[in-house]
Amino acid sequence: MPNKQTPLVELAETPISTRSITGQASSITDEPETRKVHAALTRSSTGNEDLRELESGLDSLQSDAARAARIDWSRILLPVAALVVLVLAWQFYVSLGFKRRDLVPGPLDVLGQFGTLWADGSLQEAVWTSLQRGIVGFLISVVIATPIGLLLAQVAPLRRAFGPLISGLQVLPSVAWVPAAIIWFGLTDATVYFVVFMGAIPSIINGLISGVDQIPPQYRSVGTVLGASRLQMALQIVLPAALPGYLSGLKQGWAFSWRSLMAAEIIAVGGTIGFGLGSMLDQGRDLSDMTIVMSAILLILAVGILIELLVFAPIEKRLLRRRGLLAGSTR
Amino acid sequence: MPVVLENLGKRFGDGAPVLDDVNASIAQGEFVALLGASGCGKSTLLNIMAGLELPTSGALEVPSDGAAFMFQDAALFPWLTARENIELALKLRGVGKSERRTKANELLDLVHLGGAGDKRPHELSGGMRQRVSLARSLAQDRQLLLMDEPFAALDAITRDLLHDELERIWKETGRTIVFVTHNVREAVRLGQRVLLLSSRPGRVVQEWNVTEEHRTDAGLAGQLTGVITARLREEIRRHAK
Repeated sequence: MPNKQTPLVELAETPISTRSITGQASSITDEPETRKVHAALTRSSTGNEDLRELESGLDSLQSDAARAARIDWSRILLPVAALVVLVLAWQFYVSLGFKRRDLVPGPLDVLGQFGTLWADGSLQEAVWTSLQRGIVGFLISVVIATPIGLLLAQVAPLRRAFGPLISGLQVLPSVAWVPAAIIWFGLTDATVYFVVFMGAIPSIINGLISGVDQIPPQYRSVGTVLGASRLQMALQIVLPAALPGYLSGLKQGWAFSWRSLMAAEIIAVGGTIGFGLGSMLDQGRDLSDMTIVMSAILLILAVGILIELLVFAPIEKRLLRRRGLLAGSTR
Repeated sequence: MPVVLENLGKRFGDGAPVLDDVNASIAQGEFVALLGASGCGKSTLLNIMAGLELPTSGALEVPSDGAAFMFQDAALFPWLTARENIELALKLRGVGKSERRTKANELLDLVHLGGAGDKRPHELSGGMRQRVSLARSLAQDRQLLLMDEPFAALDAITRDLLHDELERIWKETGRTIVFVTHNVREAVRLGQRVLLLSSRPGRVVQEWNVTEEHRTDAGLAGQLTGVITARLREEIRRHAK
């Protein structure tokens, strides 16, 4: 490569753009003296080493310096403060004494009931039974829903045929399946799982489909150009590209499994169905013991919050950060 | 001749033809700049050459193994690092796992990004992303490289450097390059041959040869730029009401 340094010159004042154009005949025979010359016309660096140096200088100018991550205490303290305020407000309301104490128990009463339930082991049993069912049911739903979702998203006729049905199933409350499940499966675990599946599977499928719909079309073009087969396209490009949408589908799917599970446990009690949080809720109603009911509600809520905080939030954060989508969000 | 276009035409639906009777042939190892105003169908022509779209009339001859393609925005996958993006191209080409890593590092080095392999696309500047994208299209190892205004969105300093970079890589790898642009200076800076495409319908109306003298003599290059600009404006003026 010739290393001759080219002068970045402006030979004359008249820019080329203001010349009048004389019809068809304008050709290369135009006079060469009056030209405004831009640096970009010829080589602007002198050889490979020079280019490497220039580029690395520009790269470091244009890249942000990495910032060290620090623990943001407001992320922990603010939710705790909000919780304390709510409990105090609850205690304050109860101490005003508008309602009978057995109808609206205070935080301390519920705490006492927690202790009793813990001591006789029914709290641990209920949480464990429900959590285990919820997680197993959810995982099986994921395994069933993911290939179906991918297939529907990738194959247009299938999508057109089954898309409305899947969306409809998501609207149908999964509690509606409880009577059918009891008739088919009796009071067994199968009933509970069936209801969980009917709640979780459609929402996971829908999440995956909408994730796929939001993929920039260019990713597929790149895949085609790179020579991806249909399967490679689905697994190497479409699935990872749809991951943010898929993840929110999974989150929703978990929420649906958990809710459906509670509904099933409240309605279907007895038989070989074990003692879950929903059963505890039902028991509280049978005994007209508001502290048990409150305990069960708080436990159901707590499990939901913990799963979100410990499982989904870290995954989502990591996913978004790696893709550079976290900047400016309020997370 | 790796690329031959014969009476190529393209229309979308019942609309007016986007491309009409396009004729061109591009030699092995040649660097051709495809120049035209907006809406002249140059991207469509490139997509047809890449096999992303089909022509509605005429015939074209492209290498049987297809072409590498570089998009206007880098189009890197955000869930992969720079190196993994390149490795994916190698993987889809069927390169073995152990060889992929070495090859990807070589390519990163070729575009002067040896140290940035573990960065994710959003951590790279626009110019760096385009270089990764260039490395990825080289990873495809196709004789023909199609580029669709790859530097249009970059700042002027970066663009000038990437012109040098692309010229160097073209000389090192001996690829046949078709480079689409609406920038006359860019076309003259890079192409050995500049093809001017008319607008609505797109058709090759004139072509110019750019010699090695134009690369080093700014005055000569400026003169050619003026001539081509004049012809391009004439083409645009035809569409004035």
